[in-house]
Amino acid sequence: MRFEQIQQKAASAWSEFTDPGRPRILVGTGTCGRAAGAGEVLQAIRSHAPQAGLEARVYEVGCLGLCYAEPLVELSGPGLPRVLYGGLAPEDVPGLLRDYYEHGDLRPDLALAVMEGDSLEGIPTFKDHPMMAGQVRIVLRNCGLIDPGNIDHYIARGGYAGLARALAMAPQQVIEEVKRSGLRGRGGAGFPTGRKWEFCRNSPGDRKYLICNADEGDPGAFMDRAVLESDPHSVIEGMAIAAYAIGAGEGYVYVRAEYPLAVQRLQEAVRKANEYGLTGDDALGSGFRFHVRLKQGAGAFVCGEETALLASLEGKRGMPRPRPPFPAQKGLYGRPTNINNVETLANVPVILSRGSGWFAAHGTEASRGTKTFALAGKIVRTGLIEVPLGISLQKIVFGIGGGIPEEKRIKAVQTGGPSGGCIPAELLRMPVDYERLTEAGSIMGSGGMVVMDEDTCMVDIARYFVEFTQSESCGKCAPCRLGTKHMFGILTRISSGEGRPQDIELLEEIAEAVKLGSLCGLGQTAPNPVLTTIRYFREEYETHIHDKKCLSGVCKQLVTFQVNEQKCKMCNVCKENCPANTIEGERKKTPYKIVQSGCTKCGICFDACPFGAIEVV
Amino acid sequence: MEENLDGIFSQYAGERGELIPILQDVQRAVGYVPGAAMTQTARFLRIPESAVYGVVTFYAQFHLTRQGEHGVKVCQGTACHVRGGRRILRAVEKKLGIRSGETSEDYRFSLERVACFGSCALAPVMVVDGKVHGRMTPQKAVRVLEALE
Ligand SMILES: Cc1cc2nc3c(=O)[nH]c(=O)nc-3n(C[C@H](O)[C@H](O)[C@H](O)COP(=O)(O)O)c2cc1C
Repeated sequence: MRFEQIQQKAASAWSEFTDPGRPRILVGTGTCGRAAGAGEVLQAIRSHAPQAGLEARVYEVGCLGLCYAEPLVELSGPGLPRVLYGGLAPEDVPGLLRDYYEHGDLRPDLALAVMEGDSLEGIPTFKDHPMMAGQVRIVLRNCGLIDPGNIDHYIARGGYAGLARALAMAPQQVIEEVKRSGLRGRGGAGFPTGRKWEFCRNSPGDRKYLICNADEGDPGAFMDRAVLESDPHSVIEGMAIAAYAIGAGEGYVYVRAEYPLAVQRLQEAVRKANEYGLTGDDALGSGFRFHVRLKQGAGAFVCGEETALLASLEGKRGMPRPRPPFPAQKGLYGRPTNINNVETLANVPVILSRGSGWFAAHGTEASRGTKTFALAGKIVRTGLIEVPLGISLQKIVFGIGGGIPEEKRIKAVQTGGPSGGCIPAELLRMPVDYERLTEAGSIMGSGGMVVMDEDTCMVDIARYFVEFTQSESCGKCAPCRLGTKHMFGILTRISSGEGRPQDIELLEEIAEAVKLGSLCGLGQTAPNPVLTTIRYFREEYETHIHDKKCLSGVCKQLVTFQVNEQKCKMCNVCKENCPANTIEGERKKTPYKIVQSGCTKCGICFDACPFGAIEVV
Repeated sequence: MEENLDGIFSQYAGERGELIPILQDVQRAVGYVPGAAMTQTARFLRIPESAVYGVVTFYAQFHLTRQGEHGVKVCQGTACHVRGGRRILRAVEKKLGIRSGETSEDYRFSLERVACFGSCALAPVMVVDGKVHGRMTPQKAVRVLEALE
């Protein structure tokens, strides 16, 4: 089939999908939606819609990014506006369907946004929704708006036009176009993508590989998962364009095994792209041959590092090796290999179809385009966002994210996961770009952004990240293997009240050594969480070490659990649950009391109390 | 225990690069990677048994021992951590009477802590038999487990 014919077929599938003449129901069933109960809501809709005499077409779509309001459902029908509803439970479904379809009542109490047209009955339009205002969606262009299993939907919204254009150009021209766009790698390091492709293209060898890094191991990050689940073809198309540019005939997606839905959607997408002749032996009749295979990771964070990933693909332990030689020279099976992140690749089709100039108009001089972030932690609106680079953290946290819940104060924003750092509240006005984040001691990273409030202890956070890196360290080089363990030991003793006066300096010294001496990025960046928390929150370390206190009430050994007599309802639950039998009191007679001498500070009473009457001081 | 793995091997060409997918298939079929399966895999790929063992022990996904009927995984990612993931783990450990990494004596439950499921927006989360449960509290987590009994 010629591309025009494919596009025509897609257009007719799209007009069926968007046919205003029939009721249509979209349910967001990405992983976040499912975790919030979208499966049950979908079931309720499937069983109630026919009962209500509704001949509705029900589609499963991906993630719109408003994860805090999951599960999300969009309703539309003849003469009725497209309205997005959030926070639905299966019980809400019959009433909502009746009100909306029979009475034309838009139920503003449950509505989040009007998806098309003007705001109605106080319901804002989608782009004016407080979480959407300020966002620019390039990578997430289709997420939540199409059926991810339907390739026609992707094509109808401009998909594979970038590949069609690329195939009509010389590979070197494609590279030039990507270079002009200013796109930098979204996997962490921010290396210019066009230049990376050029190295690989110029590397001698007739068999080359293109790899999509979908390992997304940073705890606190889920951007790549959402893209793979919600719009898998954007990644496959990006891979095909990259492969054409560098001259690779084979591609691999290295995807985490913890993402079963993403794996399933990718498998479908790879099959469909082949069936349509967009990839395969003769892509779009151009003579370009490109086959994509999936490989599932097996649970090792270090395999996100390029050389470790290659070892893993070859069936070995995922241990990194020194560079050079770089993967572009000697990669998979010793052949030239280019590795790009999911989000980097999802940007590529748009750069080709809309042009590098259009793309470069977003963002700042040195950081072009947009970046997706996974907003999580102590923030009102958690979810997946995409913003132009250069926006301030303040706007992200307080505008898009809606600020901190329960009127608590913000303490820090963590970016870059275990390789990044904690940026203190005073620096929130800082623009988000590669250079500024690095200056602040953190990194852009892949896009995890975890907000921390006054109840978060920064010593505990540093300890948390180092616990992670020391257990994920592959053990090949000594600075990382021993240094992270040693830092973990020191942080553990500080948080258990046994910190020594010289510990801060000792931590700094080890951190520098680990940074300088480690073989790969894992060790080189592992000290960042320690160094930034010391740099910005030194007094918290000092309070732990000198006063033996954790003012956030997190480090268990440094706190005391107490019963608040006003709140205690004398229900006996704490006493029943106390493994140390150190709580006194009698049901419905006297308020309960913790006998401190016997308390092991396990925190079980704190968790068990239904009234929040156990307090930490 | 001698498993017949020929059905799995027949899908592969016998190349070293296939080691991890083969082990993943073995674990899917058997529930874990028994010693005998490692021996057979090594023979099939014509590589030393130590190389197979090295890979199995490197990756967190592979289990060397029989797992419980229900797999319970409590997320300890950053977002879950700041939202009380540790308390969820503690409540689950207490409820099941095992610690993370262990399997109950009656082989009903296995408990693991996982670095991140990528469901951070609904933190803290727990995954039971592949289903993600979001916005957990210690009480809710216990109820999810009780519903299995
Ligand atoms: C320990 C470690 C883990 C990494 N994990 C990932 C990951 O999960 N996903 C990713 O795309 N890049 C990851 N990276 C970065 C990659 O090594 C590599 O820089 C990136 O995939 C290149 O793609 P890009 O140029 O498109 O950003 C990791 C690096 C290190 C050192």
